[in-house]
Amino acid sequence: MEITLRELVTSIHGMLFGGFFLMALFGAIVLLLDRSNPARSNPDSTSAQPASRWQTLYLIAMVAAGWAAVLSGAYVIYPWYRAVAPAGADLALYPQRLLMSHSTTTGWHNFGMEWKEHVAWIAPMASTMVAWVLLKHRAAWNAHRPIRTTVLGFAAVAFLAAMIAGGWGAMIDKKAPVQGGQSFQLMGSTK
Amino acid sequence: MTEIQLVPQNPANGPIAAAVLSCAIGCFLLGVLAVAADGSKHLANALNFYHPTGPLSGVTTIAIALWLFCWAVLAARWRNKTLAFAKVSAFAFVFLALGLLLTFPPFGDLFLGR
Repeated sequence: MEITLRELVTSIHGMLFGGFFLMALFGAIVLLLDRSNPARSNPDSTSAQPASRWQTLYLIAMVAAGWAAVLSGAYVIYPWYRAVAPAGADLALYPQRLLMSHSTTTGWHNFGMEWKEHVAWIAPMASTMVAWVLLKHRAAWNAHRPIRTTVLGFAAVAFLAAMIAGGWGAMIDKKAPVQGGQSFQLMGSTK
Repeated sequence: MTEIQLVPQNPANGPIAAAVLSCAIGCFLLGVLAVAADGSKHLANALNFYHPTGPLSGVTTIAIALWLFCWAVLAARWRNKTLAFAKVSAFAFVFLALGLLLTFPPFGDLFLGR
């Protein structure tokens, strides 16, 4: 059972960074909804307990995963995806060229990848802001409903952007997987 | 930019308003740069900061730099101010929605006349 370097890195990008980011962002939205419950917030309060240690670590890990996903995608995997194929090369190693070589698959690049490569960045930007407000301005968050509503809205948009990017990434990788590079033996081969 | 009306007798919400508005402006600029780079070969070449990644490297680097710069400037200006947060929030959601829309290829193509 083997996996190539590019397949391994793509899995880390999508399933580890991207997957964890999506799950963590969903968890953060649940946390925000819970904290937005009027019974749990105190409109008269101008001070609040600071975020617990686990919440701080959780939000920092969420933001780090989001940035790791977009940076690894743009600077490691995307160059493999968009590499120019030499004449006569096997297009299986050049996903963008493979998709563009058939009229039935060009949309996966012209629409899917073009949308994914840009919309993805909105997710870590917005989630960074959300985490920063939750960690640094807990008192204002606790006291003001408009702030809670706005931050929750940005978290929802971040989730939507991450869903779009992750969904298209998964589908494009099914049509034209990023592969190649050194192979690693994961388990001994069976007869 | 429209001056946001000050509302007294509330705790300062300026730093949060700065974070929210700058994030939305950053997302909007990301969309604007993405469409502009798609429509102009000259701009696309100028934004090609890292050749293997292409113009995407410049589009995102500039957008993030402008977002952080905007955040720093607004945070410094609004550090001790209390703003009409609903108005800031409305502006922010408009910028955020436009940013999202501009990343959607058919919407960007409308601007480019394709």
